[in-house]
Amino acid sequence: MLHRFTTRTYLTNRASGGKQTPTVPAGAKARVMPRLLRHGWKAVPSHGASDSICEIASSLALAAMVVCGAAAQSVPSPHNDILIKNAVVMTVSHGNIQNGSVYVKDGKIAAVGKDVAAPAGAVVIDAGGKYLTPGIIDSHSHIALDDDVNEATSPVTPQMMMIDAFDYQDKAIYRGLAGGVTTSLLLHGSANMIGGQAVVIKHKYGAQRDAMLFPGAPQSIKFASGENPKRVYGGKDQLPSTRMGNFAVQRAALVEAQDYMREWDDYNAKVKRGDQDAKAPKHDLKLEALADVLRGKLLVQIHCYRADEFLTEMAMAKEFGYKVRAFHHALEAYKVADKMAAEGVGIATFSDWWGYKQEAWDAIPWNAVMSMRKGVRVAIKSDSGDFARRLNQEAAKTMRYGGATEEEALKMITLNAAWIIGVDDRVGSIDVGKDADLVIWDGYPLSSYGVPNKVLIDGDVYFDRSLPGYGMPHYQEGQ
Amino acid sequence: MMGESSVPSLRSGQAKNRRQSSGTAVCRWSLVVGPLLALLTFCSLPTVSFAQQKPVALKGGRLLTVSHGVIENGVLVMLNGTITALGAANSVSIPKDARVIDVSGMTVYPGLIDSETALGLTEISAEKSTNDLVEASDEIMPHMHVYDAFHAESELIPVARLNGVTNAMVAPQSQDTLPGQDSFIQLDGKSAQEMLLVRDIAMPLNFTGDQRRNESFDKRKFPSTRMGMAAQLRQAFLDAQDYAQRWADYEKKKAEAANKPASDNDKDKKQPPSPPKHDLKLEALLPYLDGKKLIVLAAEGPSDLQTAVRLAREFNLKFVLNHISHSQPVLDYVASLKTPVIVGPIYEEPQPDERYDAVYSLPAQLYKRGVKIAFASYGAHDSRNLPYQAGFATAFGLPYDEALKAITLNPAEIWGVADKLGSLDVGKTANVVVANGDPLDMKTDVKQVFIEGRQVPMTSRQTRLRDQYSSQ
Repeated sequence: MLHRFTTRTYLTNRASGGKQTPTVPAGAKARVMPRLLRHGWKAVPSHGASDSICEIASSLALAAMVVCGAAAQSVPSPHNDILIKNAVVMTVSHGNIQNGSVYVKDGKIAAVGKDVAAPAGAVVIDAGGKYLTPGIIDSHSHIALDDDVNEATSPVTPQMMMIDAFDYQDKAIYRGLAGGVTTSLLLHGSANMIGGQAVVIKHKYGAQRDAMLFPGAPQSIKFASGENPKRVYGGKDQLPSTRMGNFAVQRAALVEAQDYMREWDDYNAKVKRGDQDAKAPKHDLKLEALADVLRGKLLVQIHCYRADEFLTEMAMAKEFGYKVRAFHHALEAYKVADKMAAEGVGIATFSDWWGYKQEAWDAIPWNAVMSMRKGVRVAIKSDSGDFARRLNQEAAKTMRYGGATEEEALKMITLNAAWIIGVDDRVGSIDVGKDADLVIWDGYPLSSYGVPNKVLIDGDVYFDRSLPGYGMPHYQEGQ
Repeated sequence: MMGESSVPSLRSGQAKNRRQSSGTAVCRWSLVVGPLLALLTFCSLPTVSFAQQKPVALKGGRLLTVSHGVIENGVLVMLNGTITALGAANSVSIPKDARVIDVSGMTVYPGLIDSETALGLTEISAEKSTNDLVEASDEIMPHMHVYDAFHAESELIPVARLNGVTNAMVAPQSQDTLPGQDSFIQLDGKSAQEMLLVRDIAMPLNFTGDQRRNESFDKRKFPSTRMGMAAQLRQAFLDAQDYAQRWADYEKKKAEAANKPASDNDKDKKQPPSPPKHDLKLEALLPYLDGKKLIVLAAEGPSDLQTAVRLAREFNLKFVLNHISHSQPVLDYVASLKTPVIVGPIYEEPQPDERYDAVYSLPAQLYKRGVKIAFASYGAHDSRNLPYQAGFATAFGLPYDEALKAITLNPAEIWGVADKLGSLDVGKTANVVVANGDPLDMKTDVKQVFIEGRQVPMTSRQTRLRDQYSSQ
């Protein structure tokens, strides 16, 4: 079989996504830990005694938590046991738990509930009654790609791998983290009908590049439609310059991929028959990537605004036998939401951004909720380094425009976004077995006033508002 | 009336009249600019044609007066476009013929003021034919007047209005150092004439670096550097001063010629002087050089800020500051200027070397130093989100009351319209918003907006689309 140069495929991910049911020693005593040292959070060796819990609420406002203990003697393993207690736990999947706790072990959520016991030696974070949510998930981002978002030299470039442009040092990752974002789908832009293959990151700012890649996340590919491709290529007097051209280009590419697959099938069949003269077709990265679309190995994410184009894209997907995972932007989804729901297609949309171009002229802020009520899985996404910092506020707008419940609103930036990326079995809610990507909020998260106090990824505190400087335990300037 | 009178005239002598008319001829120009925070005289507010006919009383609401605290279970009475009474329910008598609207459980607050927008200058951002944002053919364009482009029927205006924005500054976009003059609008009225409350109320002077003509090496033209920008600005103001002098000299000679006693000898008779040529561009700068109107001085970082302030001081310009999003290191200096700041937007992303909340916390930091602040959407489509900036700023230390002030009374004072707008007070224009909760939180639904006492229809192109597709 052909070599694929990504380590992540849909299938391998599915295989690795099993849930764990960690056991927590009954009656074990919580042990507090962290010292906020200059270089980060350091574990304090357990001394086992009942005097071990020593929490001093900071008098310096912001409810900064200063936790004391014996002097740090060692750098912790990155996945300390952590018990977050005294929080309003917004699980997203099964309601809120007042005065709840979450026990984190080895970077995973090990227990959730009102009375959660954790072993001695676990780091205790007293949330002081604050809200605790899953980490926010941004299902449409172009941060950390420098100017390498669009390979706008040809309208079909599915062989572009965003990971090759991923700039893990971009401070936009940090600013998103400080806004509670823990996972982002970094997509190709919309200049091309078929742009390239996305990379899924965790916002572990300060970590090395590979540590920021979401392990085992399925591969998404970005398609586009409408104004952008026709403007980019029409502006150069090239095909496509119309929506007719757009879809002709897309169809031609998919047909070419079908031919390519047939050539390889023929060749493989000949080899199997023992035909010594069988000549291998040429390897073609571009067509191989498209073949993966047709094989259903890639999640197809389509930039699309207009109602008619959703229908055309869904019809084309049906014709060629692939599935559309989600329409992105999807500002006219409310017009044909029932049709989308029937196909199981999600949307990643804005809450209320509109009017920036002709195909955004019919955008209405009720789009998200109207589509959701018709059965469409809806995510609110950023598409910008700015919005990524305040997706909680964008989600809150859906409560006003259309009356989403708190949990529905929260789902749009957590579980539904995770589904669009294909990692909903790993992140997006506070459930046992999921990655411990968690946000403790100052203020109510679904409001103008909600600001992350601490953000944990895989059980590590990556952002702490109460720290000076950048507020990042794992990062120092110049790193 | 105000409309016509505020259009600069080409007729001879106008320049002189204007410059000498600081006290008396003010209404002809529709605005008194006066000292910085002086109240503006609404000599030309459009009220008559649209005025409400019958008193309206809002009863039972929580009144956020902004100027004098919160009144629980209050009553607010509007008549002829004005707030005629407000107070606790038992202290206000409701006129017998009033239409009483029960607003129990609702919050009632003054209409919001967006201190910089492109409302009426744009429809669809990417569609050139729908934009009249800036005349970027030259950098010095003070004779551009946004009222000449203001599109009263813009679909964007009801969208902003539906969220309680009743007044806004309309400014040309910032590609030019002097892109033209702002107008202050009301977001309801029969026509542009009525909605343009104060024409040429102020003028932006942009010094953020974005005004350099340096897009590419090939396309470079003057001014391609900040030095060029500053030199060009200085020359423009010097030219305007010279221009004023030429007109003054001319008027003086003309007066002398007129006053000269008639002589029998025709040869002795002095010829009347010929007037200088008119120059719209220079003429537009005169009220600003005279300190009669406000310059909105935009800069982002400390260096540009100080250069811009130095420039403004060289010509004794009266100014308020705009943006200063990346000037955190010099906030004490900003405070020492004793001038208000239109801040942000706080959604402006920090520089890479700044903490994540460097811009979020700017309003609070300015407030702590005693600086009067106002928020602006700096947009058009998203003008409706103005109150959320104010709310967000409270999460970084700005007191709630100050946040609300920064989108109501503060901008009214800064723009010189506080005698009519910015708070719930008897005698002020009845721009009143009724909502089902906290105005600064995005979960709150605005239920009714009154502009000059008129109950504005709570519909927009967006609600119509919603309703059309909801009923399917």
